[in-house]
Amino acid sequence: MARFAVRRLINMAFVLFAISVVTFLIFYVFPGTDTKAQVQRIAGRSSNDATRAQVKKDYGFDRPVYVQYARLVEKTANGSLVSYSNQTNVRDEIVRGIPATASLVIGAAVIWTFFGVLFGVLSAVYVGRWPDRVLTVLSMIGISLPVFWVGALLLYYLTDRIQLFPPGGYVRLTEDPWGWFTHLILPWFTLSILFIGFYSRLLRSNILDTINEDYVRTARAKGLSERRVLVRHVLRNALIPIVTLFGLDFGAAIGGGAILTESIFSLQGVGQYAAQSVGSLDLPPVMGTTLYAAFFIVLLSAVVDIAYAYLDPRIRLNA
Amino acid sequence: MAPEPSAEFAFEPSPALPGVAGTEGRPIEGIGPWQAAWRRLRRNRIAMASLVVFAAIVACCVAAPLWADQVAHVGPEENNLTGKFERGGKQLYVVTPPPQTKPVGPGWSGRYLLGADKNGRDEMVRLLYGGRNSLFVGFVSALITTVIAVVLGLAGGYFRGRTDLVVRTTFDVIWSFPVLLLGIALGTALAIGGLHLGPIDIQGGSLWIPTLVIGVIYVPYLGRPIRGQVLSLREKEFVEAAVAQGNGALRIMFGELLPNLASTILVFGTLIVANNILTEAALSFLGAGVQLPTPSWGNMIGEGVNLLSTAPHLTIVPGLAITLTVLALNVFGDGLRDALDPRAKVRLR
Repeated sequence: MARFAVRRLINMAFVLFAISVVTFLIFYVFPGTDTKAQVQRIAGRSSNDATRAQVKKDYGFDRPVYVQYARLVEKTANGSLVSYSNQTNVRDEIVRGIPATASLVIGAAVIWTFFGVLFGVLSAVYVGRWPDRVLTVLSMIGISLPVFWVGALLLYYLTDRIQLFPPGGYVRLTEDPWGWFTHLILPWFTLSILFIGFYSRLLRSNILDTINEDYVRTARAKGLSERRVLVRHVLRNALIPIVTLFGLDFGAAIGGGAILTESIFSLQGVGQYAAQSVGSLDLPPVMGTTLYAAFFIVLLSAVVDIAYAYLDPRIRLNA
Repeated sequence: MAPEPSAEFAFEPSPALPGVAGTEGRPIEGIGPWQAAWRRLRRNRIAMASLVVFAAIVACCVAAPLWADQVAHVGPEENNLTGKFERGGKQLYVVTPPPQTKPVGPGWSGRYLLGADKNGRDEMVRLLYGGRNSLFVGFVSALITTVIAVVLGLAGGYFRGRTDLVVRTTFDVIWSFPVLLLGIALGTALAIGGLHLGPIDIQGGSLWIPTLVIGVIYVPYLGRPIRGQVLSLREKEFVEAAVAQGNGALRIMFGELLPNLASTILVFGTLIVANNILTEAALSFLGAGVQLPTPSWGNMIGEGVNLLSTAPHLTIVPGLAITLTVLALNVFGDGLRDALDPRAKVRLR
């Protein structure tokens, strides 16, 4: 077990290093290595000469490439990345955005898991009959909709035209729990639609695969009720890939997948911060969000893998 | 693919040809897996219908210049803030002057069939040209994804060892970034500065930037399953036979293994085009994809949402176009998988 954990952590350290190099390449090298252009990219188009001189010195643009890389790593590690167009500290802004993003993603994850599993099971139980057909069509549409478009239309028609829900924005859970809830209902559903479609389709086909297994026949032969067979024997196994997928999707949504939903509903989360910075072509926040989010996902997946290995000896012995 | 004892392979007695002797005794004609798949696909009416819908959308978008020249008489990027035009015998403002500043809505006229946007540009013309750009980005990026994923997956799975380590790490690193955020980071950095890397020299506003970005970020999503498949395929007897015959690695990878991956690539490829059209829309909506004034379905929605109260058509129409296109591709991709993967038939019964 300890050996597995150590190996997984070494691998994680390597991936973290690779991520920082890739981010460096994306923002420093790919768009061209002309010093003046580099400085302007970081400082912003409307920056003055003093800012540019400072950026040049801070980021080491007058020094060799490896110094520039080291500076970037240093700035990310000690949280001194700053946006030069509005003078805010990137790490502080991200930390400030975490409650909104977490509220959005955790709530949405509950919704998409519930409805994904419900629809998947219904579809599989009624396979070929009308509930299955209706749900298949719905999930197909669900995975084909542009999230931001649905969000924008819901926001406009359900809050502006008929005032069913309060307009966008985030209300803190600690200040006004009911306001927090009502403000998040639409964003939760908007973010969930895509995942409900994916999960119900995947679960349906997993269940239909599992149903043909020998142990299911054995369970039926033992005289167990259909319901018990479905829940205890079929669903347990059919859910395994869903659990894996859930971990991935949850991490990805926290780490940036919620950008579109957040920016449509103006929830002051990490995603909206990134989206606004993209809109004003302000690079340091985009760079910071990307790095921190990737780090978060790598850490999370290492923890999940080690937890899995602890729970399931097959994993730690095979890997 | 192993021959499958289903209805397609059963002997169907052909109608006896009058005057031709011995037709009854004709041997049963063999049918290849591709032909069998095509027959299955052809019988799936929903999949074929969505193929037709998709083909129609592509045809309309390709014919965009025709509409612009012959019917609307304006290009996709021509502003018209103060002009008027004729609809139903009346002169109408393209954009009602301030204080309202309301762009004209859809109506029955060659010009401004779908109304105008906030700059007085013809929405129908932009929809068609935008579709061309969105489809271009979707298709070409899917092609890029597929080529890179296939080459890396084949190399990693076939050579194993150190090559595989490099391939796996490449996939892992790309995979570790939240995919949309990676797209945004690349899209923004390159939209500001363009891409200048050795012989490659692309300006910031080029369509190739979102195309390349989207093409690269989805590589592991296809590369991982391909690598896995190659790992198991290379242990099969036919590979051993090819090695024994003295074939080189390249020959085995592309001549023996690749044909066995074709159905996976085809199915995933279709779904990746759909997915990439959605990603393009998302990136362009945020301003990290196709750059204005070049239209794309995503940035048209991005421009439209601010005018939802006065001109909802600017948001609804391009969104419907995206949904319809992606839905058609997804449904077709599903049908394609059912046709190519006989297991799926057992599943559905």
